[in-house]
Amino acid sequence: MRTIFFILQKEFLQIFRNRGMMAIIFLIPIVQLLVLANAANYEVRNLAIDVVDQDHSSWSQRLVNKLTASGYFKLHRQTFNEKAAFEDLQLDKADIVLMIPRHFERDLVREDKASLQLLVNAINGSKAGLANGYANNIIRSFNQNIRTEWLALDGRNGPAIIEVTYSNWFNTRLDYKVFMVPGIIVVLVTMIGAFLSGMNIVKEKEIGTIEQLNVTPIRKHHFILGKLIPFWIVALFELALGLLVGKLVFHLPMVGSLWLVFLFAAVYLWVMLGMGLLISTFTETQQQAMFIAWFFVIVFILMSGLFTPVENMPHWAQVLTWFNPIAYFVKVIRMVLLKGSGWANIQIYLLIMLAYAVVMNGIAIWNYRKTT
Amino acid sequence: METPIVVQDVHKSFGKVKALHDISFTVNEGELFGLIGPDGAGKSTLFRILTTLLLADKGQATVNGLDVVKDYKAIRKIVGYMPGRFSLYQDLTVQENLDFFATIFNTTVAANYELIEEIYVQIAPFKDRPAGKLSGGMKQKLALCCALVHKPVVLFLDEPTTGVDPVSRKEFWEMLQRLRKKGIAILVSTPYMDEAMLCDRVALIQNGRLLEIDTPQHIIEQYNKPMWAVHAKRMYPLIQDLRSFPETESCYAFGEYLHLTLKHGEADLDKLQAYLQPKGHEEFSMHPIQAGIEDCFMELMKSEKV
Repeated sequence: MRTIFFILQKEFLQIFRNRGMMAIIFLIPIVQLLVLANAANYEVRNLAIDVVDQDHSSWSQRLVNKLTASGYFKLHRQTFNEKAAFEDLQLDKADIVLMIPRHFERDLVREDKASLQLLVNAINGSKAGLANGYANNIIRSFNQNIRTEWLALDGRNGPAIIEVTYSNWFNTRLDYKVFMVPGIIVVLVTMIGAFLSGMNIVKEKEIGTIEQLNVTPIRKHHFILGKLIPFWIVALFELALGLLVGKLVFHLPMVGSLWLVFLFAAVYLWVMLGMGLLISTFTETQQQAMFIAWFFVIVFILMSGLFTPVENMPHWAQVLTWFNPIAYFVKVIRMVLLKGSGWANIQIYLLIMLAYAVVMNGIAIWNYRKTT
Repeated sequence: METPIVVQDVHKSFGKVKALHDISFTVNEGELFGLIGPDGAGKSTLFRILTTLLLADKGQATVNGLDVVKDYKAIRKIVGYMPGRFSLYQDLTVQENLDFFATIFNTTVAANYELIEEIYVQIAPFKDRPAGKLSGGMKQKLALCCALVHKPVVLFLDEPTTGVDPVSRKEFWEMLQRLRKKGIAILVSTPYMDEAMLCDRVALIQNGRLLEIDTPQHIIEQYNKPMWAVHAKRMYPLIQDLRSFPETESCYAFGEYLHLTLKHGEADLDKLQAYLQPKGHEEFSMHPIQAGIEDCFMELMKSEKV
């Protein structure tokens, strides 16, 4: 025990003396949280729309107003000229073009039928999908409005309309940041756990100190614990820091118990630290350790459900996320913070993490050799 | 008291490369034992086997009566090891490094201060300086301190004076002499042959084989060929001429002189004179000298190659 304490003392001395490390611990997380949370926004607003209105009727005008008033679209150009609009589309100046043909209003009244055309710039598929969806929704509701108006004018009873009202649970204002910030905090904590721990151990190999250390009575588990515990503490501190910034800057709701978040993180981190340790056992330089850790962490992050919902993934990819520790933590931190999930809801995930931690560290320790 | 180091028939290969071949020797109590050999001779490999960092393919070795394979844990408590590469924490200060290595051996600097005092006073003025910012000589003194801080029974020093200035080298060796007098057995390796004279016994190692184990004095005594120191204004043509002289046995540059031996000794002197006369070397001088340890090693290494 005493030996571990001395190694810890040495590690913290080295961490606090290393300016780069201090920046990684204190500065980078805050900057990353502020930048990523504000930038990683999937809401599509202010789509540039070109309207080619060849009808110039009051209804066409109303439709355009309705579109631009929605907040999703911003009128880029209103014109008669199809070619100009098409050029905008090609030059990427417009995201979507609405074509209102001549006699739109007249056809609608007389023939009960009129058509509109939407040209969507689909280079960015998801943006195009959203633009198309928003526009269709607005046009449909416009259609309904004018039908009811018109039928009412006609004195006949209009068809029954199903009106759907909804309320958003757990994230009432559909604030994207509320959804993203917990996930980004997970990424920050993961980086510390997976990268710094492994690199720190490999650094001892790289600068040769491990050779000196190995010819001492330090036991394998002393060394490993002495190396991992500092980063476990730093990562938990990082979690607290991230949550604090989340609360102060993004008004992150914390419905559930923070203790649960920390408990889960404490177990989760042993998985990541174990991964770092495992990587350090078969690498010789910090660069190698870094690149291997990077490979796994990136795959884990992209497949964690942080950016794209796991449910949207193909089945095989969903199966893979069962083995993805980051996916569990992203899920649990959102459940607890946003939904207020309690012990009963997360205990199964905690057990999975525990098993994962045991396996990961087991392999790492088995693979770790004090001799060369 | 157990014999500090016993090595018997140790073999070690890395793939096809035979790093160590049939190595046997013993180091006695309070003995300063030098392992002399060029880079790549296998010195560090042998050190790593003895310090339990590497397993030998064949053969036994004991340190203070403890087997390097079975009793590795016990060995790690009683040996001091200074690897060939500076292996202390460069970002920790001198004091922090010392304290750290003392504490992990479950002791304190104060407890064994008497052993390291002499060396420590030399580095004490820099005790708050990061180890990475010390000069080469200071680094080695600090490393020696760290290797001694737990009062080891056996000391392993792998090329402690490589890359150290001559004055520090001399000081370092003086320290080793004093440590030896305190009863610590020391195995030290070096590529510098002149340092061999400072050891009680030396082993010459080349290509993973031990060529000779003896006291430096004995090795010199065995060398009974007459030798001359030769000098001229322009050394390069001289060495070329001497090496192409058919009766030359060996000719090496040592500092500002060439050390020359002839196949038939003094009998060849007249022939040599006749051979060199027409070459017209300016400021030519030649006088007989006593062979040094380096000459002996050159000779041994040459005969091994042949």
